[in-house]
Amino acid sequence: MIKYIKSFTLFELLQGMFLTLKYMFKAKVTINYPHEKGPLSPRFRGEHALRRYPSGEERCIACKLCEAVCPAQAITIEAEPREDGSRRTTRYDIDMSKCIYCGLCQESCPVDAIVEGPNFEFATETREELMYTKEKLLENGDRWEQEIAQNIYLDRKYR
Amino acid sequence: MNSFSYFHDLIIPGGIIIAQIMAVLMPVLISVAFLVYAERKVLALIQLRRGPNVVGPFGILQSFADALKLLTKENIVPANSNKIVFLLAPIITMVLSLAGWAVIPFAPNWVIADINVGIMYLFAVSSLGVYGIIMAGWASNSQYPFLGALRSAAQMVSYEVSIGFVIITVLLCVGSLNLSKIVEAQETVWFAIPLLPMFVVFFISALAETNRLPFDLPEDESTLVAGFFTEYSSASFVLFFLGEYASMILMSSMTVILFMGGWLPPFDIFPLNAVPGVIWFVIKIIFILFLFIWVRGTFPRYRYDQLMRLGWKIFLPLSLLWVVLTAGFLIVFDMVPNSL
Repeated sequence: MIKYIKSFTLFELLQGMFLTLKYMFKAKVTINYPHEKGPLSPRFRGEHALRRYPSGEERCIACKLCEAVCPAQAITIEAEPREDGSRRTTRYDIDMSKCIYCGLCQESCPVDAIVEGPNFEFATETREELMYTKEKLLENGDRWEQEIAQNIYLDRKYR
Repeated sequence: MNSFSYFHDLIIPGGIIIAQIMAVLMPVLISVAFLVYAERKVLALIQLRRGPNVVGPFGILQSFADALKLLTKENIVPANSNKIVFLLAPIITMVLSLAGWAVIPFAPNWVIADINVGIMYLFAVSSLGVYGIIMAGWASNSQYPFLGALRSAAQMVSYEVSIGFVIITVLLCVGSLNLSKIVEAQETVWFAIPLLPMFVVFFISALAETNRLPFDLPEDESTLVAGFFTEYSSASFVLFFLGEYASMILMSSMTVILFMGGWLPPFDIFPLNAVPGVIWFVIKIIFILFLFIWVRGTFPRYRYDQLMRLGWKIFLPLSLLWVVLTAGFLIVFDMVPNSL
């Protein structure tokens, strides 16, 4: 009996409509993306960068651990001794269209040279622009050094 | 003085009629654009999203941008379609959804054609709307539109029956088919109050009649791609879209006239009855349209057999019973309107 009264007075339907009405006045969960951005973890794995020491010397010592560990085989490194006898890369390419952003390269790096920075807005119009060279990666490192250093500092307890 | 003068007998009255038609249709078409925007915004609010907010202040120009985009696209006519019917179908849908506005009274004497069978005309025009859909589904010569058209035909016919009985109930209380008379008969109390069950039946049937969720089985995105307009693009798609929303507004103005006292204020007291009737009319239409969108944001789509069961096994007996009850009540208490 109560079931029939409920269905003929549309009780449950009205309940549902009241619920959606309540939701209309709740705070929105979406953010206005290009103008507002959500929080990023210090461990966020975004665009790659090659870092330098404060002296300006590049950190990478061409040990090729990242090249070996890269599951997508996106990294290509060629190296030979520099004039002063130290071992440096002559070529450090990352094919960003192959990269799966697993973060194994930055984990394997003994000198924190290759890192994945907080930048995720590097979409390009052509595929060729995604073939990152050493120059591009070092430039990224210079541009994002502050944020990257901050993130490494925040994550120090777990490293 | 029997001489026929083109100027006095043809051009001036013709010009006046065209001006009247423009004065009604332009606001209707513009309000369709804002209705689409309002729908997206309300649905976004219900789903905790933001909705369109980029084109113009708060995104209110979004619909115009969309229309412009659609109209500049290529109009693709499928090779195996029946081309004449294919292109005629959206035009019919659009024209029929605009034709109904001829008899809608916006305020006392604010009506293009004050005909005595106004409600019959409105009912007939809104019923004809199914033809555009059937023609589209058949002429596309493709599976999904065909299924959509079949569903739409069955659905609109079944809900038409209960809408018919609801209208008869109202007419019993009014004693006239003239829409202005129907509104005037609600001076003491809106029919939505004494005939509340009929109001609910009419509103739900109107949802089915305009193919709105939860009864939008003819277009049913999740199973039929886009239903009867799967094959349509560009301008003919725009016509279907405009037609659908214009008929939504038409149905809600019909609801307002039949049950919510048209241009009458809720109470005949000073600050309320000083507001012009047309503003009350528009406010009520907006309220009903909000209900349409609100229902869309709340309920999932009906299954097809549930839809048919609701139409034939619940609404039909209920509205039939209410016709008999209303008629009996009017006779027993001697309240039959004088003109009957």
